[in-house]
Amino acid sequence: MATAERRPPAPRPVYLDLFRIRKPLPSIVSIVHRVTGAILLLIGIPVLLWGVERSLASSDAYAALRATLAHPLWKLVLLGLAWAFLHHLCAGIRHLFLDVHIGIELAPARRSSVIVFVVSLALTLIVAAKLW
Amino acid sequence: MVMRRQTVGAHYGLTDWLAQRVTAIVMTLYVLVLLAVALWNGGLDYSFWRALFGNGAFKVATFLFMAALIYHAWLGAREIYMDYVKPVGPRLTLQVVTIALLIAYLGWTIQILWGHTGAAA
Repeated sequence: MATAERRPPAPRPVYLDLFRIRKPLPSIVSIVHRVTGAILLLIGIPVLLWGVERSLASSDAYAALRATLAHPLWKLVLLGLAWAFLHHLCAGIRHLFLDVHIGIELAPARRSSVIVFVVSLALTLIVAAKLW
Repeated sequence: MVMRRQTVGAHYGLTDWLAQRVTAIVMTLYVLVLLAVALWNGGLDYSFWRALFGNGAFKVATFLFMAALIYHAWLGAREIYMDYVKPVGPRLTLQVVTIALLIAYLGWTIQILWGHTGAAA
C-alpha cells in the first residue's frame, strides 16, 4: 500500500541581488521594464493628470501650460517620461508574445530584447523631433 | 483514484496575471485611438481638446483607461515589493501607501472628468 508520506522539499536558494547576478540582455529589458513602470507610477501619472487638468481649465490655462512645457528642462522631463512609457509598452508587447510561447528560445529572446531597445529609442526620437 | 489536491493560497495568481495583460491591452487600445484621433484632426488645439473631453463616451473611455492603469500599476508595484521587500512591516507600509496614492489618482481623474472646473464645465 502506498503511503501518503511526503517529505517537504529542501529549501532552495533565492538569489535576487540585482547588483551581483549576471544580467544578459533579456534580463536588462526585464529590470528596465520594472524601473520604467515605477517611474510612470510615481512621476508619469501625476504629470499626466496635472497636464490634462491644466489643459482643460480654460484657454488661458491651456496657453500657459504650453508655455511652461516649452521650457527646455520640462522638455527633457517629458522626453524622459516618453521614453519610459515607450520602453514599458514595447517590453510589455514582447511579454505578451512570450506568454503565448512565441520567441521563448534563447536566440529569439535576445533578438526581441534588442528590438525592444531599438524600437522604443526610435519612437522616443520621433517624440524628441516633435518636442524640438 | 484521482485526487484533487488543494495546495495553498487564495488562488489570485492567475487572475492577477490575466488582469495585468487585459489592462495593458485596454490601455494600449485607448492610446492608439487617441493618437489616431489626434492625427486625423491634424494635431490638437484647445477647442478640439475641450470638445473631445466634453464628449460623454470619451469621458467614460478615459475613466476606464485610468481604472485599468491604476489596477495595472497596483499589480506591478505589488510584484516589485514581493521580490525585493521581504520584511512584513515595510512591505505592508509600501502596499498601503501605494494603494492610497493610486486611489488618490483615480479621485483626481474623476474630478478632472466630471468636476466643476474640469471638462464638464
